[in-house]
Amino acid sequence: MNMKDLPDKELFTSGHTACPGCAAPIVVRNVMKILGEKTLVYNPACCLLVFGGTYPWVAWEVPYHHVAFENTGACATGMTRALKRMDRDDCTVLGMAGDGGTADIGFQALSGAAERNEDILYLMYDNEAYMNTGIQRSGATPFGAWTTTTPAGKVIGGKEQFKKDVAQIMLAHAVPYVATANLAYPADFLRKVEKAKNMKGFRFLQVYSPCPTGWRADTDSAIKLSKMAVETGLWTQWEADHGVVKINAKPKFTPIRDYLKLQGRFAHMTDEQIDVLQEWVKKKWERDEKWLGALSE
Amino acid sequence: MVKRVVTGNYAAAHGAKISRAEFVAAYPITPQTFIVEHISEFVNDGEMDCDFVRMESEHSAMSAMVSAAATGVRTFTATASQGLALMHEILFIGAAIRLPLVMPVVNRTVAAPIGIWAEYNDTMPQRDTGWMQVYVEDNQEVLDMVLQAYRIAENRDVLLPMMVNLDAFILSHTVEPVDLYGYEEADKFLPKYEPHVHLLPEDPMAIGTFTPPEYIQELRYQTDAAMEASKKVIGEVNKEFADLFGRDYGGLIEEYRTDDAEVVLVTLGTVTSTARKVVDDLREEGKAVGLVKLRFFRPYPTDELRAIADRVKAVGIYDRSIAFNNGGPSFIEAKSALYGYTIPIVNFLAGIGGRDVFYSDVKLMFETLLEAASKGEAEKDVIWMSTRGVDA
Repeated sequence: MNMKDLPDKELFTSGHTACPGCAAPIVVRNVMKILGEKTLVYNPACCLLVFGGTYPWVAWEVPYHHVAFENTGACATGMTRALKRMDRDDCTVLGMAGDGGTADIGFQALSGAAERNEDILYLMYDNEAYMNTGIQRSGATPFGAWTTTTPAGKVIGGKEQFKKDVAQIMLAHAVPYVATANLAYPADFLRKVEKAKNMKGFRFLQVYSPCPTGWRADTDSAIKLSKMAVETGLWTQWEADHGVVKINAKPKFTPIRDYLKLQGRFAHMTDEQIDVLQEWVKKKWERDEKWLGALSE
Repeated sequence: MVKRVVTGNYAAAHGAKISRAEFVAAYPITPQTFIVEHISEFVNDGEMDCDFVRMESEHSAMSAMVSAAATGVRTFTATASQGLALMHEILFIGAAIRLPLVMPVVNRTVAAPIGIWAEYNDTMPQRDTGWMQVYVEDNQEVLDMVLQAYRIAENRDVLLPMMVNLDAFILSHTVEPVDLYGYEEADKFLPKYEPHVHLLPEDPMAIGTFTPPEYIQELRYQTDAAMEASKKVIGEVNKEFADLFGRDYGGLIEEYRTDDAEVVLVTLGTVTSTARKVVDDLREEGKAVGLVKLRFFRPYPTDELRAIADRVKAVGIYDRSIAFNNGGPSFIEAKSALYGYTIPIVNFLAGIGGRDVFYSDVKLMFETLLEAASKGEAEKDVIWMSTRGVDA
C-alpha cells in the first residue's frame, strides 16, 4: 500500500489527548488505516490507554479492550482464540503496548504468546521510558538518559545500563515476523505493517516513538529524531520474515552527539558518557551485522 | 444415571466439559493440576470441543479468560493457592467488567511456609474482588456447582464471576461415587452461551476503559447491587436444579437439624460432613444441636443467618483460615451479620494448613457452644483448636 492509497477514514479519531508532538498517535493512525475496521485492539496501561481510551471520549472506532498492564500477550491470546471459536478469522487482533509494558512487566506474557505462536500482531511503541507515569526508566531506556528514576545527580548521571534489544529477543522465539520500524521511513513503515497484517501467527513490530515531553525535546522534532536515530546507528532498521533477516538500512554513523544535544534528557551527559554510548553504537552495529547478517539470505 | 467413582478434580473437569466451556486457559498447580490434565485428555480425545490454551502463568490464564469472555465465549479455568494469589489483580477486573467467568479453586494453604494442604487463606482474601464464592462438601457438589455457577453467573441480573471452592486432597484427590450425567442432561439445564458483550467490528464496544471518578462510584454500586441480586438467582437456580436432578443444596446455606436447636455450628467445606455425624450423635444424647452449612461466602447469607440466630442461644463459626488479630474471615462476616444480637458467637479455628479436623474436635466445638448457651456468654470469642502453645 502506498501512502497516497491510505484511506481517508480515521479509525483513531482526533480529540484524543496525547501531548503535542507525540509520535504514538501518528503510529496508531497509520497502522489502523492499514489494518482496517476488522481489527480488535488491546492496550495495556500506557499513555495510549489514557489519551485514546478514556471513557466517554474513546478515540477508537474499532472494538477496544484493556485489562491491566503486564498482560498484553495473554489478553490478546484470549481475544484471538475467542474470535476463532466464533468463526471470525476475518479479524486482526492488535496488541499495542509501550516499552515498559513490553520489555519489562509485560515480557512474560509476550514471550508466552510468541512461544504459542498466537495469531496476534504485537506492536511495541518504544518511547524509551515509562512516560505515562511521568518518565521513569525502563529496560528500553538508553544509556545516559535522564529520567525521574535515573536523575542527573551529583554522583550518578542518568541511566547506567544500555537499552534492551526486545526485537532480537523476539527473533529468538522463531515467530513468523519480527521487524523494527520508524516513522521517518514511511514507505518502509507501511510496508512492514501491511506485511504483518497479511501474515498469520505471532508478529512483532518495534516502532521507534519519540516522546518530546519525556525526552525534553521540541514538539516538532519527532520525525527528525526518528531519522537521526537510524543515521547514527542507535536504532537498526531490520525485519525477519520467517527467520530470514534483512537489514533495511545501513547507518551513516553520524555522531550521536548531534542527536543527543536536541534532547534535554541527555543534556547532563559528560564527554566520557557520550564516548561510552558512541562506542556502544559501534559494538551494537557490529553485533547486529554479525548476528542479523548471519540470518540473511 | 451413570454413577462413577471419581475425584473432586475429575468432577470439576467433567463439569467444564458438559457445560460446553468454549475456551479454557489454565496453568498447573498442585492440587488443581488434575483438573487441567483431565481437560487435556478430554480435548485430545475429542470428547470436549473447546480451545484449551496452556498459558505460561495463572496471571496470564486469568487475563486470557477475561479477554476471551469479553470477546464473546464461555470460559473456564481452575487454580489453587499461590496461583489464585497471582491472579488476584485480574480477579477484580473480571468482576468489575461483569464477566460470567467460572473457576473451581482447590483450596490450599498460601505460603509461607509452603504447603499443599487445605486452608481457605487463598480464597477468603478474595472476598472484595467481586467474585461469588461457593464452598462445597463433596465431589457431587463440585460437579453440580460448576454447572449451576454458569447459570448464576450468566444470569442478566447477576453477571458476576464465580469460584467453586473445594478442599485440597480431601475432595480434589479423593474418590467418591458421583452421578456423572452427560451433555444431554446438562443441556436441559444450561442453555447455549449467549454473550451480553462482545468485541466485534459490526458493533464496536470499548471494554475496560480508563474511567474518571464521575463514573466509577456508580459502577461499584452496580456490582454491589448485582451481588445482592445474585441471592435470589442462587435460590431459583438451586430449585430448578433440584427439580431436574433431584439434589437440593438449599441455596445460600443448608440447615441440618436446626429446627429446635439451641446451638448451631456454622461450617463450610468438608468439615460439614463430620459435623453432620456429630450432630446426629449428640441428638441421640438429647442435646439440641444443629448445623448450618455456609455454602456461599459471597453473596453472604445475612438474612438467613439472622433468622437462625433469632431462635438459638449460641452460634459457633468454624474457620479454616485466620484474619490475623480478629478471628477467622467467616467469623468476622457472621459477627457483622449478627450485629445487635446478644447471644454468644464463638469462633473455632481448626484445620489450618490442612491439619485434619477430627470428630472429637467438632464434638468439642458443640460442647463449648452448649456451655456458652447455658451461661449466656462465652469464655473466649476466638478459640484455636488443638494448637500447640495455646491453653486448652
